[in-house]
Amino acid sequence: MDKARYNKFRQTREFFIRNSMLFLTLVSLSFAVIIGISLYLKSVPILDQQSLWALLTGESWRPLKGEFGFYPFIMGTLWVTGLAIFLSLPLCLLAAIYLSEYAHPYIKKIVFPMVDVLAGIPPVVYGVWGILVVVPFISETLAPHFVEFSTGYSVLAGGIVLAIMIIPLMISVFIEIFDALPGGLREASLSLGATNWQTIKKVVLRKSFPGLAAAVVLALSRAFGETIAVLMVCGNVSEVPKNLFDPAYPLPALIANNYGEMMSIPMYDAALMLSALLLFVIILAFNAISRLVLIRIEKNFAL
Amino acid sequence: MKHFRIKKLEEKIFKGLMMAATLVIVVSLLMIIFAVVKRGLPAMSWDMVSKIPGGGFYIGKEGGLLNAIIGSLYIVIGSITLGLSFSLPIVLYINLYLPENSRLAQFTRLSFDVLFGIPSIVYGAFGFTLMVYLGLRSSLLAGILTVTSLIIPILIRSIDEVVRRVPKEMKDAALSLGATRSEIIRVILRQVAPGIITAVLLSVGRGIGDAASVLFTAGYTDSIPTSLSQPVATLPLAIFFQLSSPIAEVQDRAYAAALILTGIVLFLSLGGRYFSRKFSKNKI
Repeated sequence: MDKARYNKFRQTREFFIRNSMLFLTLVSLSFAVIIGISLYLKSVPILDQQSLWALLTGESWRPLKGEFGFYPFIMGTLWVTGLAIFLSLPLCLLAAIYLSEYAHPYIKKIVFPMVDVLAGIPPVVYGVWGILVVVPFISETLAPHFVEFSTGYSVLAGGIVLAIMIIPLMISVFIEIFDALPGGLREASLSLGATNWQTIKKVVLRKSFPGLAAAVVLALSRAFGETIAVLMVCGNVSEVPKNLFDPAYPLPALIANNYGEMMSIPMYDAALMLSALLLFVIILAFNAISRLVLIRIEKNFAL
Repeated sequence: MKHFRIKKLEEKIFKGLMMAATLVIVVSLLMIIFAVVKRGLPAMSWDMVSKIPGGGFYIGKEGGLLNAIIGSLYIVIGSITLGLSFSLPIVLYINLYLPENSRLAQFTRLSFDVLFGIPSIVYGAFGFTLMVYLGLRSSLLAGILTVTSLIIPILIRSIDEVVRRVPKEMKDAALSLGATRSEIIRVILRQVAPGIITAVLLSVGRGIGDAASVLFTAGYTDSIPTSLSQPVATLPLAIFFQLSSPIAEVQDRAYAAALILTGIVLFLSLGGRYFSRKFSKNKI
């Protein structure tokens, strides 16, 4: 009868383990909701006082006077992220096509680990590199050709550093998409006499366009929320930048730079938490959409 | 004939462009590492890794970065332990108990994919609001909790990837011998152990290098914390704060810290590769 008791024990244990794991899974799913709600609760005071639209389009940022206009920071973020995508997209697209369609396995064996290492380098080290190399290069070599004076801490510096930071993410998603394309499509095109490049242009790129777009949105939202590196190289002046050599003050940098003072000035903490909430909501939406597109692609091709 | 030549030329031009793009990426990686090593190496010394900041450290006098190194280790060890104890059950549940195309499993995967994209500054701000609600001050505990929420998505995504690839036959064999589902966990874990190690190394790399999440929550201090409620220094913040100093000697330390951090991350990344390759040979 010992065995029967042991089996009973095993069944109870099974029941217990199963349900606690289910519980944990369900709790973890509510995590995003909890983040959203707690940031919202913290930003309610400022939303009660001014409308969201007024905050987003307001141009003046004077916390001591109670003026919280996010417009310069939103523009700063858009400038820097836009530039980063502009620089990084052609580079990544070409490299990803090369690596998945042309490159010898030997080359892949060298390049893939390097992309991995690039992905692993911490943001703050990118920032250090920006200060050591990019900023002086801009202020001493590049800027004098275009503007009278630039410290180098600028939209351009932020854009370059971010462009390199998003390379690993973009390349790896691009390559995944190209690899998911059925080989038969390429063979059909090649057998009709198309060159490799023609096949890529007319078949591979066209077929994988939705996936590529999703990957770009993914990279965009990564760049959007990057904090320390842009904080270190963008200059942080709360004005709308007019050209690439002007300093910018992206939203995440605003949060990180002012956490120290925010408790001592009324509404300051609410304003900063509101910007965190904005980042959260925008990036959540971007990510959800592009992940759904990518999942659908994976399903369609995996026949 | 002319058309054919244009075709060939186009092919050549674009192939050249592609190779150039790949080269640019590889070179920029080497440039970053070169710049950090070149600037950091002269600033390195034994004191840097073996001493905590002494009096007058921030005007360029003696001391080292031991507080930040140990602090980063504390945070990472704490959050990996905590993170694994959340993410392992979740991954095992969606792979063992739920049917293959279950809605819940798909939704869980999607939601952690999305959480993976949330920037660390948002986690930092969230951790900060939690601290305020709970009446905590910036401390080792708050830092650990924030970094844990940052790395859970990474752990879950990468462990799920390997657990999903465990052959179905293996589960079936164990079940047919009379094992309950929770007893199969041992079989599965043994099979995916190298994958878990790789996932852990990945998350250590991410957790140790992230500054924005600990900026709000962990604080900064010159000593090594002795309890969970004390603030703690971290390497990324050591770099960030000391770089903003106007004194050259202090800036040098930021570069030394950057070199240490890059070294740790490179080591982890190469180590992860080694593990996943060495052990994947012995798998079915």
